[in-house]
Amino acid sequence: MPWEREQMAERAAQELEDGTYVNLGIGIPTLVANYIGDKDITLQSENGMLGMGPFPYEGEEDPDLINAGKQTITELPRTAYFDSATSFAMIRGGKIACAILGAMEVAENGDLANWMIPGKLVKGMGGAMDLVAGVQKVVVVMDHQNKKGESKLLKECTLPLTGTGVVNRIITNLGVLDVVEGGLKIVETAPGVTEEQIREATEATIVN
Amino acid sequence: MQKIYDDADAALDGLLRDDMLIAAGGFGLCGIPELLLAAIERSKVGGLTFASNNAGVDDFGIGILLASRQVKKMMSSYVGENAEFMRQFIEGELEVEFNPQGTLAERMRAGGAGIAGFYTKTGVGTQIAEGKETKEFDGETYVLERGIKADLAIVKAWKADETGNLVFRKTARNFNVPAAMCGKTCVVEVEEIVPTGSLDPDQIHLPGVFVHRLIQGEHEKRIEKTTTRKKEEA
Repeated sequence: MPWEREQMAERAAQELEDGTYVNLGIGIPTLVANYIGDKDITLQSENGMLGMGPFPYEGEEDPDLINAGKQTITELPRTAYFDSATSFAMIRGGKIACAILGAMEVAENGDLANWMIPGKLVKGMGGAMDLVAGVQKVVVVMDHQNKKGESKLLKECTLPLTGTGVVNRIITNLGVLDVVEGGLKIVETAPGVTEEQIREATEATIVN
Repeated sequence: MQKIYDDADAALDGLLRDDMLIAAGGFGLCGIPELLLAAIERSKVGGLTFASNNAGVDDFGIGILLASRQVKKMMSSYVGENAEFMRQFIEGELEVEFNPQGTLAERMRAGGAGIAGFYTKTGVGTQIAEGKETKEFDGETYVLERGIKADLAIVKAWKADETGNLVFRKTARNFNVPAAMCGKTCVVEVEEIVPTGSLDPDQIHLPGVFVHRLIQGEHEKRIEKTTTRKKEEA
């Protein structure tokens, strides 16, 4: 059985190393926070916060306290606030160990496209270009194929890029793949999914 | 040193003109200068370019100036929450210059700090870097980005003293600091102006030297996405 959204998030949480500062993107990456467990992880929100806490209890929402997805959140004892220029100093400056992001397309050389579909969807890149350029490790969480059954792991991206050669690891509903010399390498399969099935579902070159 | 004005209209008097570049603080609807934006709408000034991370929602923030067709161009990183924005952009009525969020913040900070430009790895190899100078440093490629100097900065803070020293609250600080820095004139709205001497000088987030005009007012502080959790049963 391929992984569901929650299982992909749970698997992605294994990528986080104890004692690090981490940025989680919008969508499935946000769910990763639910599976951190006992690890000492500090979540960065690029609108100006380290030490992001859970959603507030009903009636305790604070309009001055939101995450980068514009959702109301809470602070923790370790929380620090700062302005946007300082926020991206820590991102660009390599102080954030890992970013977990969604994607529309990933290429076998680690190129990432996740910010626009020309003529259709023009929302903007937000902080994604800075994150992939600056953080130490970029993990992408995405469906392996689109709704038409076409691979989203490509030889070359067709959409405007967010960054070139920036992705380290891809977690899809079918398994885990690393970007290595010459293509993608399967490092794990979802339960009941075979390497052969992943190869068939993937346009990008799979290397052994 | 008289920086305090009666209201937003008075504080903007003589500062607004058509086709000017305005830097605005805020992230989403959090920490936006809502009173000054409303006053700009009342002024009917047009052809505006906004350097602002977002474009508000349809009926709040910069969204009200899009609805009234006072905006010619947005310099932003993320604009996904505004249907009227999307319509004007798709139909070619509104010009948009997408900036990576960190690049936009640093462009404002640099412009206000006397830095004409800076090299960043952000956006190298993407359409953001097209037509821009690149340079190798230590074996890696960087792209040159220019500092932004705005004709006017509009900013929201939590508290100010009478000399314009500012304190922000939680994540409402965001772009307000770099936006304030890059304005030739900076107008700030706060929830409370307190007597000079009552703020701890060690806890000032933005010194008053960056602040030229100041108003106090009532803020709606609208929440864009309310997310909550249930209290666990005892």
